[in-house]
Amino acid sequence: MPFQPIKYYQTGTHTVGNRLLAPETRSVQADMQRTNSLNSGHRACQGCGEALGARYAIDAAMRASSNQLVAANATGCLEVFSTPYPETSWQIPWIHSLFGNAAAVATGIAAALRAKGRGAVRVIAQGGDGGTTDIGFGCLSGMFERNDDVLYICYDNEAYMNTGVQRSSATPPAARTATTMAVGEQPGNSFGQGKNVPAIAMAHGIPYVATATIAELRDLEYKVTRAMQFHGARYLHILVSCPLGWGHASDASIRIARLAKETGLFPVFEAEHGEVTGVSHIRKQLPVEEYLRPQRRFAHLFNPKLQPDVIAAIQRIADRNIGKFGLLGAPS
Amino acid sequence: MMRKPFAITLDPGSSLANHTGTWRTERPVYVDRLPPCNSACPAGENIQGWLSHAESGDYEAAWRVLTADNPLPAVMGRVCYHPCETACNRAALDAAVDINAVERFLGDEAIRRGWAFARPAHSSGKRILVVGAGPSGLSAAYHLARAGHAVVIHDAGPFAGGMMRFGIPKYRLPRDVLEAEVRRIVDLGVEIRLDSKVTNILHTMRDDGFDAAFLAVGAHIGRRAYIPAGSSARILDAVSVLRSMEGSDKPMLGRRVVVYGGGNTALDVARTAKRLGAEEAIIVYRRTREKMPAHDFELEEALQEGVMVKWLSTIKQAGESSLTVEKMALDETGFPQPTGEFETLEADSLVLALGQDVDLGLLDGVPGLEIDRGVVKVAANMMTGHAGIFAGGDMVPSERTVTVAVGHGKKAARHIDAWLRGATYAPPPKNEPASADRLNTWYYSDAPKTVRPLLDVIRRQSTFDEVQGGLDESNALFEARRCLSCGNCFECDNCYGVCPDNAVIKLGPGRRFEFNYDYCKGCGLCAAECPCGAIKMVPEAI
Repeated sequence: MPFQPIKYYQTGTHTVGNRLLAPETRSVQADMQRTNSLNSGHRACQGCGEALGARYAIDAAMRASSNQLVAANATGCLEVFSTPYPETSWQIPWIHSLFGNAAAVATGIAAALRAKGRGAVRVIAQGGDGGTTDIGFGCLSGMFERNDDVLYICYDNEAYMNTGVQRSSATPPAARTATTMAVGEQPGNSFGQGKNVPAIAMAHGIPYVATATIAELRDLEYKVTRAMQFHGARYLHILVSCPLGWGHASDASIRIARLAKETGLFPVFEAEHGEVTGVSHIRKQLPVEEYLRPQRRFAHLFNPKLQPDVIAAIQRIADRNIGKFGLLGAPS
Repeated sequence: MMRKPFAITLDPGSSLANHTGTWRTERPVYVDRLPPCNSACPAGENIQGWLSHAESGDYEAAWRVLTADNPLPAVMGRVCYHPCETACNRAALDAAVDINAVERFLGDEAIRRGWAFARPAHSSGKRILVVGAGPSGLSAAYHLARAGHAVVIHDAGPFAGGMMRFGIPKYRLPRDVLEAEVRRIVDLGVEIRLDSKVTNILHTMRDDGFDAAFLAVGAHIGRRAYIPAGSSARILDAVSVLRSMEGSDKPMLGRRVVVYGGGNTALDVARTAKRLGAEEAIIVYRRTREKMPAHDFELEEALQEGVMVKWLSTIKQAGESSLTVEKMALDETGFPQPTGEFETLEADSLVLALGQDVDLGLLDGVPGLEIDRGVVKVAANMMTGHAGIFAGGDMVPSERTVTVAVGHGKKAARHIDAWLRGATYAPPPKNEPASADRLNTWYYSDAPKTVRPLLDVIRRQSTFDEVQGGLDESNALFEARRCLSCGNCFECDNCYGVCPDNAVIKLGPGRRFEFNYDYCKGCGLCAAECPCGAIKMVPEAI
């Protein structure tokens, strides 16, 4: 665990707050005065993981920057559900331009602030996996390569949910989407080469790259805070579950994200200047089946006929992650 | 009206105008559930409630919540068989919370710091007689006194405490602890008259002008069994042996002591004999270890101290220095049957621990009373067939433990108090049980149970020093914090954090949370991620 775990106070690190902890050691989300950067009334689905992840991340960034923050947003669910004209859910300066240019817009804002001598104002770019790993990828790579002073946050829900759940380059193998139907010889998304954007970001050698999930608030808040301690290009990749696109119950969003991490399918780590500096260990290791079964996008692996070979192939992905990152360290 | 950019015609508005609460088909509501520990406690303690104060280190507040139900925590923390821990949901996670150890810590802390009970604000002018200064009588007296009644306890013995004093050996309950907790009840204004046996309850009530009576006479008469014995055979009964331990003349048991019976009293006597210097203390029991009514941990401790057990055996005959024992075999129904095989057992004395009876002599001639199999029948309100006379503890049909007795005392006190006012006490409705399946145990840290220290065996074989040690402050705090708070909010902020719609309002320390149904979409994340199951989803009326 890259941050100091909370010692034993009835509950430990895992709950949002704790009445027995000193106030200064509590999480941002436990604070009665938290910013609620993404406010009530937004039109995200019931149990939306992205809405939750965005508030977690931006509230933490607000605290880390003493509320001096501007965000540029790519097109996507987050943009659509938060700002149907003329309403906005954002309680921070926020701009949306196009699907593919959030990184470039943020770069421009950062340059303008620097030119105006307002370097204390920090800049965030954010978008979903479509706007990050597909459409905005060129601008993102440019932002990394120039080391522009922007924290880019990708809320990864593994498909284009806003337009009706189409496959993106972040969609996992075997997952059913509107464009990778569960039909034919190899139902669902194909086992391609994958596109690991956190690894690509690390390959740029930028100051800070990290992954997180909405299931580990303390870890997520730590990573946002850590990222804000650097200047230059930083990348945070947050796995956010999607009840609609993944086909799970709206009350299961956090549990599913937790399972992604506990099975090893989504490695949670951080890296500085291209080197991994910390991993979040698996607390109770589970087979990938536990993660796949509750999601309708994987239902064809179990019904009408169990597909053990496909499940085994997905397990191999998890095992590779576990080996590569050493995810089975001391439990936290 | 501000100047608008190109193609913009409306002022920016907040999404707060959009009441997403209309989407909801189910709504979350906060509930309080009955935790299994509270539910299982025969004394009706609010265990989770006092643990919650102990968790934050406020031991006095914890002790005050505890003693609202039970005035004897230091005693209870030593002698209770803690059904709360058997019921504890944490057992499925690692091990049950050592509630008993925390209770003892709080009790000892109260004695050490001299915490006293608050005296009642008013006096009712009613006088109540309590017969027996054992756990049930003391408990009833305490609760009645706190309700403002004048209470006088009559006890036949030379010391207060009843079976806690004359039945439980010192190595399990040091006398200074017992005396300190009795004194605190006396300080509350309860009068205890020792060496004052009530021989006729109606006379005593009339002569002293009592408005009601609570009878709590302990089972001090050892049951005998017919065993053919030579004139020189030394046969004693267990209660007398234990009682004589409280006097100046210790019982003469000899070098080889045989105890007949399989209950906790048999173990108490055998362990006492060992401490008095017996080379051999052998328990003879007609069935097997699995069938033994004594608690297994007590048997284990006795075995460690060198007590031996002859299973599946009955005593046929007692001579001067030996006994004839017949081997038994369990039949298919699990009942022991004689085998006709005999053996001889060397023994200087035989102690019978075959159960106890209550001396009900004081009830002779009381109209309306119903006695069945040596105990008094009582109604649900603990009242006997005679109006104004209530009874509890060993003398009514129930399990005979200190904790049950304390519970009877409390229950009877509530009903007596109501009866004196011409009213009926109606217990508040019970919450739904907080079962283990409602917990989200992911959120609790792994925390193994703290093990209480045990006195080393050598000292246990030769002295009456207390066998089981207590926890120190840091251990007790740790142990209290192992509580999962099943079914009742402990302000972990999870609901406040995990709501994607900010529809949970945090009200501040001690004030919990409330839902903002204007925006709550009813996703159920708060209920799913609540560690303790204090949120319930209920369908909206559509």
